[in-house]
Amino acid sequence: MRTLTDRTSGRVMPPQPIAPGSRLSLPALDSPRWQSPARAFAWGLRSIASTVLTLVLFATYLGIGALAHDTGFSLGWVLASTALVWAGPAQIILISTLGSGATAIQAALAVTVSAIRLFPMVVSVLPMIRTPQTRRRDLILPTHFIAVTLWVECFRLLPQVPRERRVAFTNGLGIGLQSVCLTATTIGYGLAANLPQLFGAAILLLTPLAFLLSTARNCRQVSDIAALALGLALFPLVSLLHTGVDILISGVSAGTIAYALHRWRERA
Amino acid sequence: MSSFIGEGQALLVLVLAGFLPNEVWRMLGLWLGGGVDEGSELLVWVRAVATAILAGVIAQILVFPPGALLSLPGPLRYGAVAAGFAVFVATRRSIFAGVVCGELVMFAGKWWLG
Repeated sequence: MRTLTDRTSGRVMPPQPIAPGSRLSLPALDSPRWQSPARAFAWGLRSIASTVLTLVLFATYLGIGALAHDTGFSLGWVLASTALVWAGPAQIILISTLGSGATAIQAALAVTVSAIRLFPMVVSVLPMIRTPQTRRRDLILPTHFIAVTLWVECFRLLPQVPRERRVAFTNGLGIGLQSVCLTATTIGYGLAANLPQLFGAAILLLTPLAFLLSTARNCRQVSDIAALALGLALFPLVSLLHTGVDILISGVSAGTIAYALHRWRERA
Repeated sequence: MSSFIGEGQALLVLVLAGFLPNEVWRMLGLWLGGGVDEGSELLVWVRAVATAILAGVIAQILVFPPGALLSLPGPLRYGAVAAGFAVFVATRRSIFAGVVCGELVMFAGKWWLG
């Protein structure tokens, strides 16, 4: 049986749902290379080399390190924020609101509004990661790692990972990405004063570019495409209301309209 | 060690104003979404809402830009992202090509505007 699953045997592999642009090929689902959680963890770690989003994160966290330096936070503080918060927009909001003299309560409110998106992301990714036997506490660490990048990469990579190894794989991917970002935070913190001003604008432009393109690549159904387009269009309108939770209102409305479109098409 | 982290108070602010208000949404997702079935219709709606909220975050950064991004005029911000998206579509969904193109358009526009 072993030769059958050996990749060097030239066995024709079953078609795998590999998204365009993926450079790393993971072992076949029944390969002995998945036999232990430690190996799955290592494959997860290695997968950070298969996505350009790792580079985008690196540059974003260079910017976050530099921003923290210029705002007067210590290196240890900003490293702790990268490990604990693990969401670029929330960290930028936290550092810039605290730096502008806002109270901790004002900063906490701004951060929590920006973090609402994590809730539906976690709800939609976890069913892919767990098995019926998975204990909830084993899901705490993978849940902590979920942010835009991991959300997108899980949809791309997890179908290529045996289900019982997905927790270990996701932990490897998450720890790999965090290591890259902790390194970038440190380098950005050290470089801060030497970075040209245009660099700041270039890094801040990376977030919307990478969020838009990775979400677009992640679109599988009509409802996803409609949600992306409607979400972009509705936010500027809803923001005229100045409710403080504009993103939540535009997101839930656009998402629900997109879902209605999906139901309507299914029925037609 | 105290100079590495800063005062204990700064760390307390990080936990109370940064970590907890952010993490609560992940843990709520774990707690409430624990029993959702992978093939369920509910997940289609949840995915659509997650995508639309993310689209809102993208629009917010472009319409109300933070910090240094404010130094770019609006049409340049929208143009750079639109060009990046066009190249992404033209290259059969290459995120790399799209991101590089968007950034190049931004640099070119900035240079052209002086």
